[in-house]
Amino acid sequence: MEQEVILSLENIHKSFDGQKALCGIDLTIYKGEFLTLLGPSGCGKTTTLRIIAGLESPDEGRVILGGTDVTDWEPNKRGVNTVFQSYALFPHMNVENNIAYGLKLRKVPKEEIKKQVEEMLELVQLPGFGERMPSQLSGGQRQRVAIARAIVNKPSVLLLDEPLGALDLQLRRQMQVELKRLQQKLGITFVYITHDQEEALNMSDRIGIMNQGKILQLGTPEEIYEHPKSRFAAQFIGQSNILKATVTGRDAAGNLTLSFGGGTILASGQGEPGEKVTLSLRTERVRYGREPRQGFTLSGQVKNNHYSGGMMRTVLTLPTGEELLVSGMGDGIEGRLPAGTQVHIGWDPACAVIVERGWPDEAE
Amino acid sequence: MKRNKNRPPITLLPMALWTTVFVAVPLVYVLGLSFMKKAATWGVVAEFSLDSYKNLLNPVYLKVFAQSFWVAILTTVFALLIGYPFAYFTAKLPKKHRSLVLMLMLVPFWTNSLVRIYGWMILLRSQGVINGLLMQFGVIDKPLKLLYTFGAVLVGMVYALLPFMVLAIYNSVCKVDWSLVEASRDLGAGRAKAFFTVTLPLTMPGVMAGCVLVFIPSVGLFFISDLLGGAKTMLLGNLIKNELLSAKNWPMGAALSIAMMAVTLLVIRLYQHFSRDQNLEGLL
Repeated sequence: MEQEVILSLENIHKSFDGQKALCGIDLTIYKGEFLTLLGPSGCGKTTTLRIIAGLESPDEGRVILGGTDVTDWEPNKRGVNTVFQSYALFPHMNVENNIAYGLKLRKVPKEEIKKQVEEMLELVQLPGFGERMPSQLSGGQRQRVAIARAIVNKPSVLLLDEPLGALDLQLRRQMQVELKRLQQKLGITFVYITHDQEEALNMSDRIGIMNQGKILQLGTPEEIYEHPKSRFAAQFIGQSNILKATVTGRDAAGNLTLSFGGGTILASGQGEPGEKVTLSLRTERVRYGREPRQGFTLSGQVKNNHYSGGMMRTVLTLPTGEELLVSGMGDGIEGRLPAGTQVHIGWDPACAVIVERGWPDEAE
Repeated sequence: MKRNKNRPPITLLPMALWTTVFVAVPLVYVLGLSFMKKAATWGVVAEFSLDSYKNLLNPVYLKVFAQSFWVAILTTVFALLIGYPFAYFTAKLPKKHRSLVLMLMLVPFWTNSLVRIYGWMILLRSQGVINGLLMQFGVIDKPLKLLYTFGAVLVGMVYALLPFMVLAIYNSVCKVDWSLVEASRDLGAGRAKAFFTVTLPLTMPGVMAGCVLVFIPSVGLFFISDLLGGAKTMLLGNLIKNELLSAKNWPMGAALSIAMMAVTLLVIRLYQHFSRDQNLEGLL
C-alpha cells in the first residue's frame, strides 16, 4: 500500500546558545498515522515539535508539509495545531471561546462556530461546559478542552507535547484510550511526544526513539521493543539485560553462539568468531528452572526475589559474577524458587539481540 | 495565657500613631475647614456653611475641573502609548539587560522632580536646545513657541509620571505565560491579532494599575503647569494652591481638595471594580 507523506523533516539542526539540541533529524510522517517521539527529557523531542509548529526555526534543514516547504512560514500559516504540555488555555476566555478561537480567526460564521464548538464538547465528553472558565476545570477537563481547541481547526497534523504528563496514572490510561479513539475517528495525523514508554507502546503506529538530538530508531512498537537497535533503545523501553559476550560461531540451527557467563549462549544476528558484541535480552524472556531443558545453556543461582504486585522480579547470579534480571508472573517455570537455589537458564535465541558491536565502556 | 486574637499586635502602634497624626487629623481638619466661612482678612470663621460647596458649581471652577481632567486623561493616554511598548520590550529583553534599562529609567526618577522640570524649561524655551537644533538644521527660521503652552504642560506631566505606568505594565508583562501567545499563533493568529486577543488582555491588570497611578497624581500636580504652562493652564492643583496661598480662601481650597479626593476615591473604586483587585495590590 502506497502511503501518502504528509510531513517530512530533512536534516534539521538546531542549537541554543551554542548547545546542540538537534543534530540532523530526518523524519517522514505518513497521513493518518500516530507517530510518537519517545525520549528522555532534553533529548530534543519538544524542539522537534516546535520546529514543525513553526515556534522555533531550524538552523539548518527543511520542513516539508503536504509537499510545500514551510521552513520559513509563520506558525499561523501552517495549518498545524499543537496541544501544549501546560495546555495553554486562555485564562481570560471561557471554554467555548477557547475552542472557538481558531474558528473566529478564520472568520467562520457565528452559527457554524456554535455548532462546531458543541460538537467538539460532545466529542471530548464535556457537553455543557462551554460557559466554564479554565480555572474552574480539573486537569483532565482542561486537557480535553486543549485537545478540542486544536482539533476543531481540522489540522493536517496535530502535535501533542506530553499532553498527559500532568495527569495521574488512572486518568492517563483513560485519556490514552480516548486520544487513540479520537485519532482513529478523525483520521488526523498525530505527532505525539512523550517520555513514557508505556504511552508510546500503547498508542503509536510508529515510534521514534530520540536521544541527544538524534532519532536512534524508528519503527512499529513491536520492532522497537523486540529488536532494539541500540543499547539506549533497549534500556529506555522496557527492561533489558545488557550482556557483554564474545562470538564463537554458529550452531546447527543457524543461531549465533557466544560465550557468556561461564557458558555458551544463543542469539540471533551476525558476527565473526572472536568478535565482542553487546546483547540485549528482555527480562521477561529469560527462562530458568531447577531442571535443564531444551536450550538452557547457562547455570546459576537465585539471588533474590522482589514481589511488585502483578510482577515478580528475580535476580540470578552466574558463576562469573554477572547477574541476570528476570521478570515474570512470579512462577518462572517451576514457581517461585527460594534464594540460593541452583538453576538452569536459557531463552529463545531470537530474543537475544545484538545492539552494539564491541562492549560498552566500563566507565559508563 | 490566652491572647485576644482580635487585638492587633503592639508593633502596629507607631504606624497607627503616624497615620493618625499625619493622615487622619489633617484630613478631618481639611474636611472641617471646608464647612466654615472665610474670614474677612485672614483665616476662617468657625461657623457652619455650605458656601464653598455651592461655589464648586461656579462655571469658573467647573472649567478648571474640566481642564484638569482633560489634562489627566491626555497624560494617562500618552503615558500608556509610550509606556506600554517600553515596558513590553524591556520585559522581553534578556534578563541581564532588563535591570539595566529599568535603572536608566529610574535613576532620573529619584532626582528632584522640580529640578528635572527646570531641565525641560531649558530644552523648550525659545533660545533653548530644541529650537537651537531645529534652527541649526534649517528646519525652522524663527524659534517655535514651545514653552508656556498646553503641549509643554502635557510633555512635563507625561515625563514626570511615565515611570509609574512603565513599572506597573512591566510587572504584568513579566508575568505573562508566553506559551499562551504561542498557542494563539499556533491556532492561526498573526502577531498583531495574538497581541490584541491574548497579550493585551493578560496585561490588562498592569494597564489599569498604571492608568490609575498616572491619572490620580496628574489631577493634583500643580508645579508642572506652573513652570511649563506659565500659569496659563490652570489645573485643579493650581487652583487649590491659589485658593489656599494667594486668595487666602481656606474653606474654598478645602472644599476643592475634598472634591478632588472624592474623584480620586471614585477612580479607585472603578479600578477595584474593573480589575477585581480588591486589595489594591496592583497599585503597590
